[in-house]
Amino acid sequence: MNSGILQIAEKYLRWLFLVFAIFALFRGHNLPGGGFIGGLMAAMAFVFRGFAYSADEVYQSMKIKPETYLVIGFTAVILSFVPGMIAGKTFFEGVWLSADLGQLGLLKLGTPLLFDIGIFLVVIGVTVLFLFSLKRSD
Amino acid sequence: MEIIMAIFVGILYAAGVYLLLRRSILKFIIGILFFSNATNLLVFLSAGLIPGGAAFVGEKSANGTVLTDPLPQALVLTAVVIGLGVVAFTLALKYKYFEVSGTDDLDEMKQEKSETNLKEEK
Amino acid sequence: MTLAIPILIPLVFMIFMILRLPERVTRTAGISGSTLMLAAAVFILIKVKTEGIQTLYLGAWEAPYGITFVADPFSALMLVVSSVIMMAISLYAIHFLSSEYRSGKFYIFFFTLAVGLNGAFLTGDVFNLYVWIEVMLLSSFVLMTMGKTQDKLRGGIKYLALNLIGSLFFLAGIGLLYGKTGTLNMAHLAQIVQSSEQTQWLNTPAMLIFLAFGIKSAVFPLFFWLPASYHRPNITVSSMFAGLLTKVGVYALIRFFTLFFVQDPSFWHNLILIIAGFTMVVGGMAASTQYDTRRILSYHIISQIGYMVMGLGIFTPLAIAGAVYFMIHNMIAKTNTFLVAGMIQKVKGSFDPKNIGGLFTESPFLAVLFIIPAFALAGIPPLSGFFGKFILIKAGIESGQYLITAVAVLTGLLTLYSMIKIWNEAFLKKGEADSETKKLTFSEALPSVILGLISVLMGIFAAPVFDFASEAAEVLMENTKYIESVLK
Repeated sequence: MNSGILQIAEKYLRWLFLVFAIFALFRGHNLPGGGFIGGLMAAMAFVFRGFAYSADEVYQSMKIKPETYLVIGFTAVILSFVPGMIAGKTFFEGVWLSADLGQLGLLKLGTPLLFDIGIFLVVIGVTVLFLFSLKRSD
Repeated sequence: MEIIMAIFVGILYAAGVYLLLRRSILKFIIGILFFSNATNLLVFLSAGLIPGGAAFVGEKSANGTVLTDPLPQALVLTAVVIGLGVVAFTLALKYKYFEVSGTDDLDEMKQEKSETNLKEEK
Repeated sequence: MTLAIPILIPLVFMIFMILRLPERVTRTAGISGSTLMLAAAVFILIKVKTEGIQTLYLGAWEAPYGITFVADPFSALMLVVSSVIMMAISLYAIHFLSSEYRSGKFYIFFFTLAVGLNGAFLTGDVFNLYVWIEVMLLSSFVLMTMGKTQDKLRGGIKYLALNLIGSLFFLAGIGLLYGKTGTLNMAHLAQIVQSSEQTQWLNTPAMLIFLAFGIKSAVFPLFFWLPASYHRPNITVSSMFAGLLTKVGVYALIRFFTLFFVQDPSFWHNLILIIAGFTMVVGGMAASTQYDTRRILSYHIISQIGYMVMGLGIFTPLAIAGAVYFMIHNMIAKTNTFLVAGMIQKVKGSFDPKNIGGLFTESPFLAVLFIIPAFALAGIPPLSGFFGKFILIKAGIESGQYLITAVAVLTGLLTLYSMIKIWNEAFLKKGEADSETKKLTFSEALPSVILGLISVLMGIFAAPVFDFASEAAEVLMENTKYIESVLK
C-alpha cells in the first residue's frame, strides 16, 4: 500500500506512539502500564510504518534489527538479577536506589525498572519479528 | 451480573467449540481465540466480581471495606500475553501452510495424505 | 538461589544464540550449555539428597503469596534425567541436523525448551507451571515446523491444535481451583484440601486438569496428535520430544494427583487404571501394525505412558516408586531408540525396516546400540526396563489389581513383538548386495553409547536408583513433608 496521507501522518504519529510507549513503561510497577504494554505500543510505531510503506522496506530501513532488540532486552533482564545477587538477597528481589531531587520529588530507581526496560525491548523485538515475518515476502 | 457473565462465557465456549469443529483452518484459529477468551473470562470471574473495591490493603475503596482480589487480573494478563504469542504463531503457521499447499481445508489435508500413502505403497 | 540456576543457564545461552554466530561456535556453545545444565541439575540432586527439600521464594515473597520454586527428590530426579537427554541431543545435533535447520536457530529453541522444561519441573505454583509449559510448547511448535515443508506444517497443525486445547483446559482448571481456594501455591492447596471437610467440588478442576495433562501426556482417548506429528520433524527433534515432552504431562499428573487431588480416591484411581490399561494395549497394538521405524516408536511412547499412569492409579508407595523408576528408564531408553533410528537412516538411507537389511553383519556395533534400548523397553533383564516393569507388576499384585497387571504383562509381549519386527527386518534379514552402506563414526554414535550405558547401569545397579525413586515416592505419598518445607 502506498498512501501519501498515511505516509505523512506516520511521520508525526510515530513519535506520539513512542512517547506514549515510554510513558507507559515508566508509569508501570505501581500503576497500570509497564514493559509489556509499553513494548506493544512502541511496536505499533513500526507496524504503522509497515502499513504506510511495506514490511520489507521498513525492515531494510531499521537501523537496529529486531534480533538486536531481543538480545539487548534479554541481557537487560538478566542484568537486573545481578544487583540483587551481589546484595545477597533472594533471587528476583528488587534493589532500590533513591535520590532526593529537591523540588522534583523523590527519584526511585530499582532493578524492576531495568527488568521492565528489558521486557519492553523484548516485546518490541518479538512483535516486529512476528508481524514482519508474516508480511515479508521471503 | 455474575450470572450474565457466566452465561456469556458459556456462549463463547459454545461458539468456540463450533468453530473448532469446522473444516477451515482459519475458522479453527478463530475458534481457538474464542476458546481462550472464554477461558480468560472464566479465570477472571473465578474470584467473583466486586466492583469498586480497592485492590491493595490500605487504599481507599469506593464502596466501603470490601477488597477486590487483584490476582485473577494479573493471571488473565499473563494468559492474554501467552495467548497473543500462540495465536500469532498459529496464524504464521497457517499462512505458510497455505503458501505451500494452496488449501485451507482440513479434509483436503487428509486426502492428500492418503494419496501419498497410496503412492508409497505402489 | 541454586534453584534458579537451571533456568538462568539456558536463558543466557539462548540470548547468546540469537547473535547469529558461525556454526562451529553455536555447536560448541550448545554442548557446553547443556553440560552446564546437567552439572547444575546434579548439584541440586545432591543437595536435595543431603539436605532435604529445597525451596526458593522468588523476590522474597514468602509462600503462599509469591511464586515458590521447590525441588523435592522427584523433581530433582526429573531435572537430572532431562538434562542428560538434553546433553545427548546437543551432541547428536552436530551430525544429524539436516540443512534446513540452521544450527543457531535450532539452538535458540533448544534452550528455550530447556528453560520451560526446567521451570516446569521446579515450580511449586500451579499458574507458574502453566506459564512454563506454555514456554516449552511454543518452542516445541517452532522446532516441529522448522523447515516449513508441507509435510511438517501439516504435522505441526495437528500437534498445535490439540496441545492448545489442552493448555486452555488447564487454565480453566486453574481458574476454578483459584476461585474455590484462593491460592495457587501447590503446598498451600494441599493444606487447604486436607483441612476442608467437603472436597467434592475439587472433582471439576481435577477433571479439567486431568484432561489437559491427558492430552499433553498422550493417554488413551487423547493421544491422536502424537503419532500424527512425531515422525515428521528431523530425527534430532523427534528424539528430544519423545524423551521429554509427554513426560512433563506425566510429571504434572503424578504431582497433582498425589499432592492435592486426593479426594474421591476410588473413582479417580479406577478411572486412571482403566485409562492406563487402554493406553498400554492400544499403543502396543497400534505399534505392531506400523512399518516406519519412527511410527512404531511413536506408538510405543503412548504404550509406555500407560505404565507410568498405571503406577499412579495403583497408588501405593511401591507403585509410585515404580512409576518414578519407569519414567527415568523410559525417558532414557525412548530417546535412545529414536537416536538409533536416526543412525540407521543415516547408514542405510531409510526409516522403513523393509528397505533395510543385513545391518547385523555390516554394522554389528549399530546392532548392539539398537538392542540395548529396544530390549530395555521390552523389559528383558538385566536392562533397566525389567526392574521398572517388575516393580510395577509386583505393586499391582500386592494391591490386588490383577487385571491391570495382566494387561501390563501382555503389553510387554506386544512391545517385544514390534521391537523384534524392526530387528528381524533391519538387522537379521539379508541385505541387498548392491545397497549402499555408509560408515558410522564414533562421535556420531557417542550420545547413543552414553544413553545405552546408563540403561545398562540402571539395570545392574538398580538398587541405589530404586532407593532414591522410593524416597521420591515417599515424599510424594506423605505430602506433609512437602507442605512443611514450603510453608515454613
